[in-house]
Amino acid sequence: MTVAVMVTVVTVLALGTYLLRLAGVALAERISLPEPVRKVLPLAAVALLAALAVTTALTEAGEVAGIARPAGVLVGVVLAWRRMPFAVVVIAAAATAAGLRLLGVP
Amino acid sequence: MGALYRTIDRGLLRDIGALIIAAAFIGVSFGAIAVASGVPGWLALVMSMVVFAGGSQFMAVGLLAAGSPVGALLGGLLLNARHLPFGLAVSDVVGHRWPTRLLGSHLLIDESVAFALSQTDPVQRRAAYWLTGVGLFVTWNLGTAIGVVVGGAVADPAALGLDAAFPAGLLALLLPSLQDPAARGVAAVAAVVALLTTPLLPAGVPVLLGLLGLATLALRRRNQEEKR
Repeated sequence: MTVAVMVTVVTVLALGTYLLRLAGVALAERISLPEPVRKVLPLAAVALLAALAVTTALTEAGEVAGIARPAGVLVGVVLAWRRMPFAVVVIAAAATAAGLRLLGVP
Repeated sequence: MGALYRTIDRGLLRDIGALIIAAAFIGVSFGAIAVASGVPGWLALVMSMVVFAGGSQFMAVGLLAAGSPVGALLGGLLLNARHLPFGLAVSDVVGHRWPTRLLGSHLLIDESVAFALSQTDPVQRRAAYWLTGVGLFVTWNLGTAIGVVVGGAVADPAALGLDAAFPAGLLALLLPSLQDPAARGVAAVAAVVALLTTPLLPAGVPVLLGLLGLATLALRRRNQEEKR
């Protein structure tokens, strides 16, 4: 693969991604959304983030992500639910997954 | 910015700090993997700056290495399509004047949206969005640079368990929103739909299908009307 092809891919991907970002932000004011739709918008973000978090927690390239990662995420979620600080949640999740892998758990 | 800084809750600042440090390590692995895949180091750096969306960057580098530039482009864009509905949802925190909007749009990432959502006070919401966006931009690019320079010498992100840190962080940020039963229904259906369609559809699409979780709101309303 030539560098020119890679540069083209990066350029178009960057422009496209930026336009997707800007489009949502700009459209929100441009189009006058009816009040019920406006109220639901934060829940759209909740839906997308929940879908993203659960799929990245449990799958890798369309397949089951093993045991260590979901176990780490589970530990993190339980700690978050027990109102532990965010840093503790993130570190405990990573440490659990890393520790399990060290023990040979996939 | 000074006024903004003073109004920020200490705990929020610490939480954002934890997340952007984790992002730095993932940035290191991106830089190292990009170079190992045959992407020039300078291009990996530019990519982290101008694309600034980790998932799509890893995917694009992988597909470029596999000799599929068209796949890298389309796959990356599909994966980033969620940013459009994200923008609709958090446009109020990004800003209303064009200069802030143009800059703020580039900082629209999963983490900045999640942090904004986790706050209820409008000032904290705005602060959370911008601080997460700017902070993560800095650490992500710094990490990429380190990865490009140090290359394969750095540890594998899986060995550090960082792949578990990201979803755990997102879920922790979602928890406050989930106290609302309507949001719980939306999130549960979104997660199930995305999970079930992941083996069947290209990456990015299952997450977008998560929006079907919003259908639970219509069902909920109908049930309430029937009860009346």
